[in-house]
Amino acid sequence: MAFTAPNETYSGKVYQVEAGTEKTFVIGGENVLPFHSFEGNVPNRPVIAYEVQDVPPEDWPDTVKKVYDGVSGNPVTWAKHCQDKLNAKAIALRLIGTHPDRENRSAEEAAATVKEVLAAINVPLIILGSNHIEKDTSVLVAAAEAAKGKNCFIGKALEENYKTIVAACLANNHKLIAMSQLDINLSKQLNILITQMGFDKEKLVTDPMCSALGYGLDYTYSVMERIRLAALTQNDVTMQTPMLGDIGMYAWKVKEASAPESELPIGGSLEPRGIAWETVTAGALMMAGAELLIMRHPESVKALEKFIDELM
Amino acid sequence: MLIIGEKLSIIAKRVREAMMKFDKGPIQEIATRQWKEGSGMIDANIGPAEDGGEKMMEWMVTTIQEVVPLPVCLDTTNAKAIEAGLKVHNNEWGRPLINSTSNDPERFPIMEIAAKYNSQLIALTVGKGGLPADAEERAGIAAEMMARAMEYGMPVEDLYLDPLVLQMATTQDQALKVIKSVRMFQELNDPPMKTVVGLSNISNGMPKELRPIMNKYFLSLLLYEGLTAAIADAHEVAETVKTFDVIMGRTLYAHSYLQM
Repeated sequence: MAFTAPNETYSGKVYQVEAGTEKTFVIGGENVLPFHSFEGNVPNRPVIAYEVQDVPPEDWPDTVKKVYDGVSGNPVTWAKHCQDKLNAKAIALRLIGTHPDRENRSAEEAAATVKEVLAAINVPLIILGSNHIEKDTSVLVAAAEAAKGKNCFIGKALEENYKTIVAACLANNHKLIAMSQLDINLSKQLNILITQMGFDKEKLVTDPMCSALGYGLDYTYSVMERIRLAALTQNDVTMQTPMLGDIGMYAWKVKEASAPESELPIGGSLEPRGIAWETVTAGALMMAGAELLIMRHPESVKALEKFIDELM
Repeated sequence: MLIIGEKLSIIAKRVREAMMKFDKGPIQEIATRQWKEGSGMIDANIGPAEDGGEKMMEWMVTTIQEVVPLPVCLDTTNAKAIEAGLKVHNNEWGRPLINSTSNDPERFPIMEIAAKYNSQLIALTVGKGGLPADAEERAGIAAEMMARAMEYGMPVEDLYLDPLVLQMATTQDQALKVIKSVRMFQELNDPPMKTVVGLSNISNGMPKELRPIMNKYFLSLLLYEGLTAAIADAHEVAETVKTFDVIMGRTLYAHSYLQM
């Protein structure tokens, strides 16, 4: 008798979440594990968003900083460059300059930046704060108002500050990114708390907290995988959100992505090493279920897109 | 586990009065509340209903399903009333369940009706000779009823075996026998037989404030043995069922798991 490959069927399904108004993208919608299109329906491709910042990327390693020489002095030219020259399907604007330990830009300045960037691009915008619990509550509220009607993803809402951010997304009709600290039970709890405020669970994206290859990637991978299994096999409606991998900021922070070959001879040439670090981190988390990936280096993005082409 | 909401019973004064007056208001309110509280089916207990049973069951089924998208458990000994209820039952929301047949020949016609209308059926493991003594006797009766179902052309998968819960306050030794029966019933078939209990009978005759405690602990033991369904107060047992699902790893834990 011929061998028949066993096919799993799942009781749950990941929600579809759409961003943008002119050009849009949709993530999620699958009723199978990542790329298991032989078992069910995988209607949407993972989306890669290019990361830009409200302030110049002084803290980025040279490998990835130099790619944006001449455009990264201003978030508008930077975002336009990513859209027009690099064919970005989405832009992730990180308002890192609002952090009190950085430039400490005000919420009003952040809102003005959001407006300028939105006016310059037509792909969907993801708006990220600086992950400072108190500051993000004013920054993201101002940003959500400035982006009213533009159907953005806004985050990240944490257990400590989700209420004001959820309210701002409700009032201005945005999608919300909820982040918990690498703990599946707390991730579920945060989703429950957010939906109890009247926020539609189908407008939610989960960030279980990213980590880079060699620096806890396996933890993020495992949490993402378990979230997806709860969504699909247990039909847990609180866990059926698409997931975000905030790759670039973690991958480019580690030593292996910035140390020269003289310091790290075993790692080989620096430039391809950094690109590979970001690509491998993104690829692994995509296999665990991340549908939206925020990345920095165009070569990493290119490599991941090729990977997706082969898997879809 | 399937919760069959027990609150629409002729024994309750408010329900009885609404039934006598064919007043939909209270019936629909109670049905809706039970649905919201987590019932997956609504029991309609109209008693023996010797006079006007057909009209009553017909009215109950349509009244409930007007407001609640759930199947109904038709609870009466009157076979004609059951048949009338099945005729109007809306199967779009799930197949109906008849409560009940037993091993008493007087109740055989109810199994015939279940077979005829492709309904599910509760089979109470008692015969004509009085209450069963232990789990083994219950399993023996169950096997006879399963054989009868096959004779009538009814799949045994549509039978819910009911071990008959007795009162703690009067027959304490029966509680463990009921638990054991739930385990034994499942072994009578592959896939395992479905099982059901009338849960609150365990605490019948006990002081009012103790009843929920007894019901909930007893239910958790039955759940561990694999109970399929319980006729119960959804409001009362929801936390037991949800907590059990967390312990068994069927639901992912979160601090707010009881609110979901």
